Amino acid sequence: MDNLMRTPLFQEHINAGGQMVDFGGWAMPLKYSGILEEVEAVRSRAGLFDVSHMGEITVAGPQALSWLDTILTNDIRKLADNQVMYAFMCYPHGGVVDDLLVYRHGLQKFLLVVNAANTQKDWDWLTQHKVPGVVLENISPDMGQLAVQGPLAEEILQKLTPYKLEDIGFFRFASPVEIAGIPALVSRTGYTGEDGFEIYCPAADSVRLWQEIMREGKPLGLLPCGLGARDTLRFEAGLPLYGHEISQEITPLEARLGLFVKLKKQADFIGKAALAALKEKGLPRLLAGLTLVEKGVPRAGYPVYNGEGQEVGYVTSGSFAPTINASVANALVAADCAQEGTNLWIGVRQRRLQARVTKLPFYKREAK
Amino acid sequence: MTGEKGLKFTKEHEWLRIEGNRVTVGITDFAQKKLGDIVYVELPELDEEFVEGDAFAVLESVKTAADVYAPVDGIVVEVNDLLEEEPALINTDPFGEGWIAVFEAEGDIDTSGLMDTAAYRQYAEEEE
Repeated sequence: MDNLMRTPLFQEHINAGGQMVDFGGWAMPLKYSGILEEVEAVRSRAGLFDVSHMGEITVAGPQALSWLDTILTNDIRKLADNQVMYAFMCYPHGGVVDDLLVYRHGLQKFLLVVNAANTQKDWDWLTQHKVPGVVLENISPDMGQLAVQGPLAEEILQKLTPYKLEDIGFFRFASPVEIAGIPALVSRTGYTGEDGFEIYCPAADSVRLWQEIMREGKPLGLLPCGLGARDTLRFEAGLPLYGHEISQEITPLEARLGLFVKLKKQADFIGKAALAALKEKGLPRLLAGLTLVEKGVPRAGYPVYNGEGQEVGYVTSGSFAPTINASVANALVAADCAQEGTNLWIGVRQRRLQARVTKLPFYKREAK
Repeated sequence: MTGEKGLKFTKEHEWLRIEGNRVTVGITDFAQKKLGDIVYVELPELDEEFVEGDAFAVLESVKTAADVYAPVDGIVVEVNDLLEEEPALINTDPFGEGWIAVFEAEGDIDTSGLMDTAAYRQYAEEEE
């Protein structure tokens, strides 16, 4: 654990009883009180996450917009100031370099938030494709990032700022906003399927920000939450995880994320031709949600079989999903096996357990 | 049936209660904390036969699965069926209601490789 990178909050995690694990080279808390308890807190009250390991890269310059348009699959030209967009960077063959959030500060200034374990790879990819008129900067080491998620997130955060947080709409942000006197960027985004905010602040201030949010949140039932809860929450809510639902080998179309791939946009983005051809030809495999009919727990990598016993795919993410009290999985399967109601079998060690293709996401929060 | 007194411990963080040729097996408090919330237990069948070191049960927590190993050559004579409906008993009462199974050993039980409570505490601390 000593050779791992640490976020500024490392000591806070230890103090809070965090069980630290190696996550892509970072020492991060897997859990504090317990994954089930933490998931429940986020679904019904609020949870606080340290996500400072995420990568932040700024893109500036007169060519920033037109260049990003050729790098990203989503229609970045539709992004307004103070708005956030989810997008992919793809390889020429259509596989995914990374999935990311794009924040637009202005026509010539964007912020990309990328997966921790992919930060260096993304940085290399971006600098390799950079054109004149674009300035890139990897500001990850200077940035702390916290996420406050759950139905009480706004109420808790509002106690720490004069800024009217209800003015920040879904996938919108404000910056700078003073939270407990700390200048921060605040967006109504997250990775849990609940309402909530992600807060970016100077790394040096993140410990104090964490402590302030804990202090205000605790009386309302907020818990510090680790990566275990984070993964369970995102999985229940149908949000993809790089390396599982999408990867160098799995295109966004197969992962049913075509909504974020704008094949009709004008820019010839990297991967466009391959993805268009794939769509034209028909997708050979598709992501399917599986609900176990028998008892057991499916895990990533387990094989999936059809009724004739032929292997038709594999599990990309699997878990017991506490919010819906069921064992469920995402599986990448032959397209003709992906229809709702289809019976499939998951190879769980020596056993084959029956599962049924179910609608994704497994969990959706009720509209306010 | 509760408490750590008189138990023996394995390096795999199982506790054993040895009574004649019968061995009750569970996992330690240290192990259940490491695993986290147990959500499903794959239990052995009654009369199922195992060789020492075989995985005879699987504990599924939210994030991982962990094998539990047979402490002796022998057959399973009792299974804690309660765990089917309440797997969290392993978390809440690992040394009591959270027991997993009872083995009947085929021969003499060799306890030379096992730890007593004090030795196990030290072993677990070093692993922490």
